[in-house]
Amino acid sequence: MKLSHDQLADMYHRMWLIRYFEESARSLFQENMIRGTTHMYTGEEAVAVGACAALNRDDYITSTHRGHGHCLAKGGDPRRMMAELLGKVTGYCKGKGGSMHIADLDLGILGANGIVGGGIGIATGAAYSADLRGSGQVAVCFFGDGASNQGILMEAANMAALWKLPIIYLCEENQYAEFSPSKPFIAVERIEVKAQAFGLAGVTVDGNDVLAVYEAVRRAVERARGGDGPTLLVAQTYRLEGHTVGDPLTYRPKEEADEWKSAERDPISRFGRYLTGEGGFSEKELETLRQKAQAEIDEAIKFAIDSPEPEIAALWEDVTA
Amino acid sequence: MAVRQLRYREALNEALHEEMARDPSVCVLGEDVGRYGGPFQVTRGLFDRYGEKRVRDTPISEEGFVGIAVGAAMTGLRPVAEILYIDFSTLAMDQIVNQAAKARYMFGGKARVPLVIRTQGGGGRGNAAQHSQSLEMWYVHVPGLVVVQPATPYDAKGLLKSAIRDDNPVIFIEHKLLYNTTGPVPDEEYLIPIGIADVKRPGNDVTIVATSRMVLFALKAAEELARQGIEAEVIDPRTLKPLDVDTIVRSVEKTGRLVVVNEGHLTGGFTAEVAARVQREAFDWLDAPIMQVATEDVPLPYNGRLELEAIPNEQDIINAALEIVYRD
Ligand SMILES: Cc1ncc(C[n+]2csc(CCOP(=O)(O)OP(=O)(O)O)c2C)c(N)n1
Ligand SMILES: [Mg+2]
Repeated sequence: MKLSHDQLADMYHRMWLIRYFEESARSLFQENMIRGTTHMYTGEEAVAVGACAALNRDDYITSTHRGHGHCLAKGGDPRRMMAELLGKVTGYCKGKGGSMHIADLDLGILGANGIVGGGIGIATGAAYSADLRGSGQVAVCFFGDGASNQGILMEAANMAALWKLPIIYLCEENQYAEFSPSKPFIAVERIEVKAQAFGLAGVTVDGNDVLAVYEAVRRAVERARGGDGPTLLVAQTYRLEGHTVGDPLTYRPKEEADEWKSAERDPISRFGRYLTGEGGFSEKELETLRQKAQAEIDEAIKFAIDSPEPEIAALWEDVTA
Repeated sequence: MAVRQLRYREALNEALHEEMARDPSVCVLGEDVGRYGGPFQVTRGLFDRYGEKRVRDTPISEEGFVGIAVGAAMTGLRPVAEILYIDFSTLAMDQIVNQAAKARYMFGGKARVPLVIRTQGGGGRGNAAQHSQSLEMWYVHVPGLVVVQPATPYDAKGLLKSAIRDDNPVIFIEHKLLYNTTGPVPDEEYLIPIGIADVKRPGNDVTIVATSRMVLFALKAAEELARQGIEAEVIDPRTLKPLDVDTIVRSVEKTGRLVVVNEGHLTGGFTAEVAARVQREAFDWLDAPIMQVATEDVPLPYNGRLELEAIPNEQDIINAALEIVYRD
């Protein structure tokens, strides 16, 4: 399906938003303004943005520990996200969740997750709920290639297939899981073939091509909404940064990352080339979109820094309903 | 006896190297424990020395590899499985609680499950609700399991070696904020028996029982109390189950006062267990209510100020002690 000029512009803008958000998160982490750990989505922007472009505002997603990109792609507010990273009361979770737990239930974002595979059941449950309520919503479950080895995938996907639930299991094959390449830990060459065992439709897509991701997710969503059941969609991409900020990356060749960093492969550069060619955008338009994203992130940082910390009393709030 | 200063992580690493060299049935499984040497570098060098069959890098499949470790333990191996955060041990709960812990009793004493599950817990690093828990009490509750929680490099090494030689499933819980702490470790081989507490500091006025990182806070609190003329005896049970109640009771007989400190939550926690045991066995010696210092009954928050408030610290221990020594 053809995307409008505005839609394409929005996607390009969001990819930059993610890129700048992550770069800022890294600097803030290095300046000790972010605690714990932060996982960067840099280089995988096309997956989240392509997928969420095929979703409605009320559709659901579940995210991962590497979740900033999913949240921004689904329409999350960078100011409230950045405030959360800084533990501020204006953050999405009032400063109590941090980088790994951002959620915006009003936008169907059912949370980032600190547990690898932790979103798989929840996304399937959201699809069950949508089906039972007859709401027409779908759920997209983002998870990693490493997470594809968690047992819950087999259990949940089987039920999703049995019950023809409106869900897309979107595996981000970024080629690494923590401090190891992911391939030596998956017994099949292509993750997609797991779909067959689970009774899902299986599709593999170039995860650095935002339009290819969009098209694949759009089709899977169509299937899902039409009652034709779930899809396992594998988006092949690359984790440009370390597992966390500060990862010395001793376990992978620098040349490999450099190659993926090249303009030829970088998902934003690739999309930019499409937009100025076939897409009919001018360089100036793209530059304006990039600058807009940068300004929004700068503004988000300022907002976060200027925001107050939670009161101590907040510690005991929201434990139970 | 020659003694070196070692980090907690290095002491654990030495224990693994020594036990793997000593006994070919010892094997190691877990995520990134092999080629990478472990996310906390505790398994460093094992892969190169003992090869990929004895040091298995696993996929992210906690239930699977813990189950494999249980089966391997029942059939002649002594596996040491690493679960990166104790929070993720929940994914392997069936294998630990229903399988490993039960096999021996359920099968009429025939099975042996010489398994160690190494993991780490605790907060204080801004890792938020799913990476900061202190779930030791869940395992203390289960008959058939041994639960060990070392606070110093010396204890870590000696207890890990004993845990590996033990014929029971041992939940061996390290602390993420202890890995870089240093302490004396002898050159010579030594073992620390499971089930024996250690008096970390003698004193006559109040007994402080503390576990894991809380031992460090308790020792600091004791220094401050000493400046105020109160001599605290600090006891680290080191093994939470079986618990060395005798050492604690003997101390309480001397001091008449007890503060129990543990990083788990207050409700249904380890402090309650110790308090219950001591009031029964040392009731006549107690001169004051037993004080519990534990983590607030809330999930661990990300924000630093809130997290500090949630987890016990030196001052909380001092306050608890002062409250029951009745001095002005
Ligand atoms: C249940 C569980 N096991 C282990 C971890 C530690 N851990 C965090 S991220 C990660 C790697 C995940 O790899 P993948 O699913 O490929 O996602 P990616 O980081 O590549 O986005 C691991 C092992 C965890 N958070 N949860
Ligand atoms: Mg991955």
